[in-house]
Amino acid sequence: MTMIFGIPVQAFLGQLLVGLINGSFYAMLSLGLAVIFGLLRVINFAHGAQYMLGAFVGYLLLTHLGIGYWPALILAPLIVGVFGIVIERLALSRLYELDPLYGLLFTFGLALVLEGIFRYYYGVSGNPYAVPPLLAGGTNLGFMLLPNYRGWVVVASLIVCFGTWALIEKTRLGSYLRAATENPRLVQAFGVNVPLLLTLTYGLGSALAGLAGILAAPIYQVSPLMGSDLIIVVFAVVVVGGMGSILGAIVTGYMLGLAEGLTKVFYPEASNLVVFVIMAIVLLVRPAGLFGRDA
Amino acid sequence: MTSAAPLLTVGGLNAWYGEGHALHGVDLEVFSGETVTLLGRNGVGKTTTLRAIMGLIRKRTGRIAFDGKDLMRLPLHRTAHQGIGFVPEERGIFATLTVDENLLLPPVVAEGGMSVEEIFDLFPNLKERRNSPGTRLSGGEQQMLAIARMLRTGVKMLLLDEPTEGLAPVIVQRIGALLATLKKRGMTILLVEQNFRFASRVADRFYLMEHGKVVAGFPVGELPDRMTQLHEVLGV
Ligand SMILES: Nc1ncnc2c1ncn2[C@@H]1O[C@H](COP(=O)(O)OP(=O)(O)O)[C@@H](O)[C@H]1O
Ligand SMILES: [Mg+2]
Repeated sequence: MTMIFGIPVQAFLGQLLVGLINGSFYAMLSLGLAVIFGLLRVINFAHGAQYMLGAFVGYLLLTHLGIGYWPALILAPLIVGVFGIVIERLALSRLYELDPLYGLLFTFGLALVLEGIFRYYYGVSGNPYAVPPLLAGGTNLGFMLLPNYRGWVVVASLIVCFGTWALIEKTRLGSYLRAATENPRLVQAFGVNVPLLLTLTYGLGSALAGLAGILAAPIYQVSPLMGSDLIIVVFAVVVVGGMGSILGAIVTGYMLGLAEGLTKVFYPEASNLVVFVIMAIVLLVRPAGLFGRDA
Repeated sequence: MTSAAPLLTVGGLNAWYGEGHALHGVDLEVFSGETVTLLGRNGVGKTTTLRAIMGLIRKRTGRIAFDGKDLMRLPLHRTAHQGIGFVPEERGIFATLTVDENLLLPPVVAEGGMSVEEIFDLFPNLKERRNSPGTRLSGGEQQMLAIARMLRTGVKMLLLDEPTEGLAPVIVQRIGALLATLKKRGMTILLVEQNFRFASRVADRFYLMEHGKVVAGFPVGELPDRMTQLHEVLGV
């Protein structure tokens, strides 16, 4: 059997793949957080709950309406996005003038309420969501067996991350977003409807969380707490990458996922800790984060 | 020139920063095609007047009418759509946008604006640097860009806040020539200026501000007779 650093290649690559999958979710979620924080200056604590909501929308569509994975891949982010838009219009938009702490507390409370509701109706045990038939099974890469669905998640997350990056860096709408991040009042004085831009941005960030949720449903179980488990790591990712940097959020997400996978190979006991150890080191050496602009 | 109603009418305009009362009843009028300059020492409220007209300051009372429309009731993002372009004192060039993106940022609000080609003919420097980040430009180029991006939008009137501040004399001359060109094209301009010599070359009329109020208004022809008053009020 081929070995790498004294470890079977299969086990090594297997863990690396797990790391890459986790990293895909870290990247998509921290990207949404970065987009929202950049423009709204709101730390969206409801992001994990919106991810959970995306998975549950997929699950409920399937169990109640018989709507399968592929339509759900569109519907879940759409529904979570619209939910985000309603939340922003009804509540968040009233908090912008106040201390940023209010936005944080509101979204934190919202997360607790959402999770509470789903716990009440569905308990804490996970509900399985089957891999769509098209992506069932695996592909033999010669050195390892790659489950098709996991390969799809990596590809899909790369598309989502690159697409969002391109939307923000390369389009007219993106230039509005970047300008409004720098100086929202001036952009509004030029005639851009900045309040609408804020609403749509929160909707987009929420939709990204919902999309990550439906992508995650067949891999992890659909459970009310799936978001709160993940979001803690994602916030650590955001701290490491630096608040507000789009590219930083994406790259750091994949990097830390891989770091976790590698640690699992060499020192499994530390794999749950490694992200936080890296966070502590980054905070000591570069408090603004790897990609953050120093204040 | 002073045919029919003024394009911009400001009457009894008061404005506040929090509790700080900055404008105490500003009255002024600008007619279509005119270049009018607001003079006054630092801190008398010139910038505040422009910001209140634009709607950037929401705590305001009085009357602001543009082209027959009441601007007091409009949300901030509707003001520009009435046909007013704002060039702020700090220029407001965006660092995360390229020169091109800065130029294309303000939405077109009416027909009759310049095309990007016409703008680049007028500002060849900007064309050369169209892909650099906006804030990599020199101060003079950033001022040119801040004005240029308003010319695409089709606005009838520009509010210019100290466009020559901190710029070398040769750049000041180019901005003077630019304002003359815009005037020929029929642009209406309300200009705030500390550079008195510059202002006296480009303006048709002047308003003098003191303590958050307009205290005098006169055409460029009266300038020689007004020099004593101006020396006193401006300390020039
Ligand atoms: N952002 C602000 N917050 C509070 N007070 C301000 C602010 N900007 C200006 N002021 C005050 O308002 C008054 C008018 O300022 P301004 O309009 O900037 O004067 P000018 O442009 O004529 O130099 C000054 O007393 C100034 O201190
Ligand atoms: Mg000023």
